[in-house]
Order: sequence, then structure tokens, then C-alpha cells
Amino acid sequence: MDKPFNNKAWLFVLPVFVLVAISAIIPLMTVVNYSVQDTFGNNEFFWAGTEWFSDVLSSDRFRESLVRNLTFSAIILIIEIPLGIAIALCMPRKGVWVSVCLVLMALPLLIPWNVVGTIWQVFGRSDIGLFGKSLSVIGIDFNYGQSWIQSWIIVILMDVWHWTSLVVLLCYSGLVAIPEAYYQAARIDGASKWKVFRYIQLPKMQRVLLIAVLLRFMDSFMIYTEPFVLTGGGPGSTTTFLSIDLVKMAIGQFDLGPAAAMSLIYFLIILLLSWVFYTVMTNFGIDAPDRREGAD
Amino acid sequence: MAHITLDQLAHSYLPNPAQPADFALRQIDYVWEDGGAYALLGPSGCGKTTLLNIISGLLTPSKGRVLFNDRDVTTLTPEERNIAQVFQFPVIYDTMTVAENLAFPLRNRGVDKHEITKRVDEMLETLDLTGKARRRASNLTADEKQKISLGRGLVRYDVNAILFDEPLTVIDPHMKWQLRTKLKELHEQFEHTMIYVTHDQTEALTFADKVVVMYEGQVVQIGTPEELFDEPAHTFVGYFIGSPGMNIFPGQVAQHSVSVAGKELRLQRQYEPETQGIEIGIRPEFVSIVDRREAGVDSMPLEVQAVEDIGRFRIVRGEVDGHKVDALIGEDDIIPESAAAVFDPSRINVYKDSHLVKGQA
Repeated sequence: MDKPFNNKAWLFVLPVFVLVAISAIIPLMTVVNYSVQDTFGNNEFFWAGTEWFSDVLSSDRFRESLVRNLTFSAIILIIEIPLGIAIALCMPRKGVWVSVCLVLMALPLLIPWNVVGTIWQVFGRSDIGLFGKSLSVIGIDFNYGQSWIQSWIIVILMDVWHWTSLVVLLCYSGLVAIPEAYYQAARIDGASKWKVFRYIQLPKMQRVLLIAVLLRFMDSFMIYTEPFVLTGGGPGSTTTFLSIDLVKMAIGQFDLGPAAAMSLIYFLIILLLSWVFYTVMTNFGIDAPDRREGAD
Repeated sequence: MAHITLDQLAHSYLPNPAQPADFALRQIDYVWEDGGAYALLGPSGCGKTTLLNIISGLLTPSKGRVLFNDRDVTTLTPEERNIAQVFQFPVIYDTMTVAENLAFPLRNRGVDKHEITKRVDEMLETLDLTGKARRRASNLTADEKQKISLGRGLVRYDVNAILFDEPLTVIDPHMKWQLRTKLKELHEQFEHTMIYVTHDQTEALTFADKVVVMYEGQVVQIGTPEELFDEPAHTFVGYFIGSPGMNIFPGQVAQHSVSVAGKELRLQRQYEPETQGIEIGIRPEFVSIVDRREAGVDSMPLEVQAVEDIGRFRIVRGEVDGHKVDALIGEDDIIPESAAAVFDPSRINVYKDSHLVKGQA
């Protein structure tokens, strides 16, 4: 196709460019600055090149945190996405119960992260928390401050409790948007319930599921507050995710160079993985010839 | 293949319908002949989709029975009735290819694999979609998608009837004609009973052998397109079919004449004398316009208000004695400055309480 060229178009892009520069690029540049320099105080800086980056990437501390993050996000997605779809399928489509269900579903989303952390921190305590106490009454030695498995369970429960609703609401909006004729046609074609789900509901939810997966991935990959409130990253460093590690490095140890390098790497990992999810999910179910058409 | 009997059928969406107005569909008794092409015609909200959904089994009627041949299917599901339905918006399975879409109803019924391949290939051929068999159905145009919806019904050879619920609504005008022709062809080829819901009279009249006109939940007339045009059984039919619709006048009827706007018009048929609730109907095609000075005794002064040119014809819109009258005249006919309208007496229909009164010849 012939594209018209008109350099005046740059003027129209300018306002956005300025806004993005102020809000994102300039703050990011200071981080980039720190990541390639070293200092011994006195506000004197030396060029360090890629030293901090290779340091961070080769450190066990970073690798372990990264594995924790990836594991955590994977578990979260594996639990929340199917659970969210299942709950959305069970929700009523019309009647008074619709609004009741929607309000109930929206409630967890209104609670701030640190409050959720505190709620579960107390809830899980074996001396005063209902959950922890109940478990110890039936003979399970529950102490998330000492057992890494138990602290992981609490963090995962917390996130599932807090954020499954988001997936539910997104899926529900996708489901109610399906015209009645699809279900009628499926009945006439003799489709089973499973086939209705597989060939009508799931494909029609593809767009909202993409959003749900992206949001839940990004959010869970950036998790900070909940494990911080619960155990401060412990026991040991078993719930020290990248974000917690980053804060320890930047503020606790004041290692600005490695911290800056690490935040850039962290940011790029999220960007890369989000792109992978997006590409895979939007190209899922498109003809090979159409994919080529879409590319040019 | 079956003839479909509607036995004292009625439906209301309310739990306890009491008066006639509560019914979306008032009582109807009718037999749809096997292999017929029918159109259900009526304005929005007249109950035609309700009737269609009752026949297909998506809706269970509040009263009466539906019989396929002699089998009572009133409470059976659509798949048990073995019926196909095409909806207003094309319904396709997005993630499947065109061929998979067509195979879907057969797979669900456990048809043998070779048989499926054979039938799907035939159907692709019939619908001119062979070249797109391996394409994803979601990437096709609206009319191609609608063809797939239709194909999923046709691919089951033995369907009892194919029902269409305003299937051409979302199709581009130039494709409508092609698709309608295709439907006609398929009807001749497969001889399925087809019932076609529409609010477009052109679609109904070109598609169907018999047109069922519905109005406010009632069937007001069932007939061939000619019957609907010549002898509308209800003033609504006269008004709804035809473009523009029939002219309706209040009047009185005596044995061989009607009096309209102070004029006595002689009729060719004989009627019972009646003064209450009488209306006469005359189609614009049978109203001619003459010069008032040269007009005969049967002419009525006409106030011309507007003239619309619609190509080969012109519509003259005017008033006779305070009642609106439309007349259809040729594009070269002259409209005199002081005009008069003449009704063709052989084309006058007499209505009592909106229903046609048949005179004796």
C-alpha cells in the first residue's frame, strides 16, 4: 500500500512524547545513569560499564529470587485463571443475584495490599488467628514464620483470595457478551456442555482472558507488600522476591549501582514475558495465511 | 422430512396470562406442508420469532401442541426434533475452520468419519466455499458466515425443517440478492420445509410459496403473494404489503354499491347492507387520476400534496374528503392542476371491523 508521507505528523505526536518523557523516560534515565556508574561518595561518579549488570546476572541471590518470582507467578496463573473461569461460569446471568454476586466479587479488590497482608498475617497465626489456630487444634503444627512451605501457602492463598475476583469479573463480562443465538445454535447442532464451553465460551473469552493473564502476571511478578508484611521475606530468604530483594539492596545496603542494574533487568523481564503472553494469545487461533497478512 | 401441525398453539411470556393482550402469540392452528417454502411476515414484536422458536423447540408453548407428522414434539428439544435454524446474526464457531464448522453437527451426532468428509465436501461445493475449507471461519465475510450457518443445517440431510430468523439482516444489499437466490436453489435441490421470518415484504414475497402475515400476535392471513396483494384479509395486510400500502376509507355498503366521501360507487359483487365499522380498501395501483373538469360521476376531487418519483412510477400523495389517498401513476402521466381520483370498482375490497367481507359475485 502507498503510504502518504507528511512530516507535520510529528507535531501531533509531540504532546504524547513530552508527556511520556516526563512521566517515564526521564525518571528511567536516572536509573540508567546509576546502573552504568560507580561512586565512592562525595558525589563523584566513575564509569562502570556493564559491570553491575554482569554482577547482578551472575549472582546467586538474584537468580534465586528470579526463580521464586517465576514459580510464584506460574502458580498464581495456574490457580487463578481456571478458578476465575469456573466461578464466572457458575455466576447467574440474570435476576437479583447478579448484583449480589458482582458486589461480593468486587469486595476483595477494594482492599489495599498491606491490609490484605495484615489480615492474613493475623488470620494465619497459630495463637490468635482463626486459620492458624484451627489448624493447630486439629494437630497440624502451623507456623509460617518457620516453615517456608507454610509461608508460601499463605502468600499464595492471600493472592488468590485478593485477585481471583478480578479474573472472575473479566471472564463474566466476556460471558455475558455472548449473544443468546450462539447457545441456541449449539443446542440445534447437538453440542454437549463441554463443547459449548470449548468452542463458544472459551473462544469468546479469549480477549478478556488475555487481559486477565497479563494483569495477573505483571501484578504477581511485582509482588512486594504481602510477603513483606507477612514475614519480611522470610523465613530465611524463602519469600524474598525480586522486589523485596531490590529494596533491600537499594535502601538497606545503599548499593545504588547494582540496584539500578537490577531494576532495569527486572523491568525488561516483565516487558519480555508480557510480550510473549500477548503474542502467543493473540495469535492463538488465527490462520497461518492471515497471520502473514497481519504482519505486513 | 415432515409436515408440521400447530394444534391450538398459543404462547405467553407471563406466568399467568389472563387476557388476550398477555399473549405474545394468540391461538393458531395451521399445517405446514412438507417441502413448502413459507415466509412469516410482520412488523417487529408481532410474535413471529416466538412462533419460530416454538416450532424449533427453543421455546415450549404455554398452550397447544406441535406435531411433526403425527408425532407430538411439543416438549422435545431442538436436537430431538431434528431441526435446523439460521439466526439473524451469523453463528459460527470462531476457532474452527470452515470445514470443521460444517462437520460439527455431524460429529456431535456420531456420524461415521468417511460419511462426514463426503458430506462436508459436498456442502462446501454447494455453498461455493471449497476454496476456503481450511480457513478459519472467523475470518470470512458476513455473507460467507451466514452460508456456513445455513450449511450446518443442510449438511444433516434428514432435517425436518430449516427455520430462518431474519437471516439477511446483516448482509450487504448486493449480497442479499445472491444469498436469497441461493436459498431458492437449495430449496429446490433438497426440498426441505423452509420457514423464513422477516419484516421485509420483498424478501417474503420473493422467497415464499405461501406467506403468513402476523400482526399483534395473530395470524391475519396465509396466502400466496397474489392473494395477499389482491385480497388482503385484514386492513393491516393491505397496509403492510405493497409499496405504498392500500388506501383505507370509512364508508357504508349497500347491496351493489359503497358510499365513500359522499359518492356512490358501484361494485361488481353483492354485499349485505351495513353501515357500522365498514371500511373500503383500494390499492394505489388501482387509483387513477383524471382532470376534474373532464371527470365522470364516479370521480372524487383530489387535493394533491406531494409527488414522489420512484423511477418507472410516481406516487401521488393527496387527500380526498379529508382522507389520505396514494395513487401510483406512470412516469409520463400528466397530473392535472385540479385533479380527481377514480377508483377501479372491480378492485375495491370491503372490510368490516378490519376484516375482509367477501361479496357474492
